[in-house]
Amino acid sequence: MATPPNRRLGFNRKAQYRAFTGYVLAILGGFVGLFLLVVSFIDPTGFAILRGAASEATAPVSGGLSEASAGASNGWDEVSAYFFAASKNAELERVVEDQQAQIVESKALLQENIRLKRLLGLVEEEGDSIIAVTRLINSTSTTTNRIATIYAGSRQGVDAGQPVRSPKGLVGRILTTTPNTAQILLLTDPRNRVPVKRSKDGIVGFTEGLGDGRISIRLIELGVNLFEPGDIMVTSGNGGLYTPNIPVAVVTEKTADGAIANVLSNPAATDYVAVQPRFIPLKKEEPSEDEAQGTADKTANGDDPAQNSAGE
Amino acid sequence: MAKGYQGRLNRRRSIVKIRLFPVISVIFASMLPMLLPIIANYPIVPPLGFMMFLAWRFLRPGLWPVWAAGLFGACDDLFSGQPFGSAIFSWSLVMIFMELLDTRYVWREFWQDWFIAALFVMGVIVLSAIINLVFKVPAPPLVLLPQIILSVCLFPLILRSVAWVDSKRLAA
Repeated sequence: MATPPNRRLGFNRKAQYRAFTGYVLAILGGFVGLFLLVVSFIDPTGFAILRGAASEATAPVSGGLSEASAGASNGWDEVSAYFFAASKNAELERVVEDQQAQIVESKALLQENIRLKRLLGLVEEEGDSIIAVTRLINSTSTTTNRIATIYAGSRQGVDAGQPVRSPKGLVGRILTTTPNTAQILLLTDPRNRVPVKRSKDGIVGFTEGLGDGRISIRLIELGVNLFEPGDIMVTSGNGGLYTPNIPVAVVTEKTADGAIANVLSNPAATDYVAVQPRFIPLKKEEPSEDEAQGTADKTANGDDPAQNSAGE
Repeated sequence: MAKGYQGRLNRRRSIVKIRLFPVISVIFASMLPMLLPIIANYPIVPPLGFMMFLAWRFLRPGLWPVWAAGLFGACDDLFSGQPFGSAIFSWSLVMIFMELLDTRYVWREFWQDWFIAALFVMGVIVLSAIINLVFKVPAPPLVLLPQIILSVCLFPLILRSVAWVDSKRLAA
C-alpha cells in the first residue's frame, strides 16, 4: 500500500499544520480519556444519564429480539420433546411418586413453622411479593463487567438495590434504573457480595464473583472448612437487601478458606426474572436513646469546627 | 481519487452518504453487542465497534483525523459498560500507534495487516480488562482468551464488510 494522500503533505504549510494539530489533539484525546476514567473512578454514577439514554435506545430492539429468540428456542424444545417422550414420561411419573410423600411432609412442616413463629411473636415477612416480572434483554458481553439489563425500570417501580431472581434462584441486584430499563449487577460480578448460608445447617459466608461465571464462597467465621461438593447455598438475609432462603449456588470445589460454586440460576439460561422489594430485617424496638445520642454527637461535631475556625 | 470511484452516468454522489456511512457503521457496530439478547457469563462478543473502526482505518487511512478515535471511543463507552473514558483512552492510543506504524512499515500486505490488527484488538481487550481491574473488577486472564481468538478470527470478515460498505458509499 502506498503512502496515503493525507500523509503526502509536501510543502503545503496549511496541510502540515493541520496534520500536526491532529496529532496534538489525538494525544490530548488520550489524556481526556484518562481524565474521564479518573472522574468515573471517583464518581461511578457520574455518566449514568448518558448511559441510561443509551440503554433506553437499545432496549426496544434487544427486548424484541430476546422475545423472538426465546420463542425460537421454545419451538425447538417442543419439537425435541417428541423424541424420548415415552422414557421421559416414565421417569417423571417415578419422580412424582417419590415426591408426593415429601410434599405432604413439607406442608406439615410449613404449618408447624407458621404456628411456632406465631408463638414467638414473629411477623411473617412479605418475602414473596414481586415488583415486576421481565426479561433479561442484554448484557455487557464484550467486557469483564457482569452487568445485564432488564426491560423494566423506575416506571414499573424498580429501584436500586432490589434483588432480582428467577424461579431457579438469585440472579443479582439492581444497580441503576432508567424509566424503562434497569441494569442489574449479576451474581457473577466480582463487585457483588451476597451473604449466604448453607441450606442444611446454616453455616454463614458470603459470595463473590470470580469473573468467569463461577462464584467463590468465603466463610465468615474462619475455622474448619466443612464445605463439600454438592452443598446448596441460599441467601441468609444478613444485612438486609436479599430475602432469606433464595437459592444461590451449588458448591463444586473446596478451597482453603471456603469453596467455589456454580450459580444455580445461570443468567445465560434464564428467561424471566422477578424483581423483589428490598428485604428489611425486623429490628427489635429499642428506646430512642440511640437517636438522641446521635443528634447530640452531630451537634457536638458541628460545634467543634466552628470553634476551631474561631480559634484560628 | 481513483478513476473507478468517480461519478459515472452524469450522476452526482451524495456527500452525506460518503461522510455518514462510515460513521454510522462504526456507531452501529458499537451498539450491536447491546442490541443482541446475549447474556454472557464471561466476555465473549468481540469489541465490534473497535474492530469496525480499525477496519476503516486500515482500508481508508486519512478518512478521519487521528483525534476522531476519542469521539468514537466516547460513543463506544456508552454502550460497552466499561468505565467511561476507557475506549476514549485505548482507541486514541491505538490511532497514535497506527500513525507511527504507517511511517515505519509503509508497504504492507493482508497478512501483515491482519497481524497488526490482531495485536491491536488483543491490546484493547487486555487494556480494558486492566482498567476494570483498577475499578475492582478482577478477571482471570484466561477468561479473555476466547474473546481474543474470536475477535482475531473475525477481523478479516469485518474488513470485508467495511469494504462492501465502502463500495456502496462511493458508488454513484
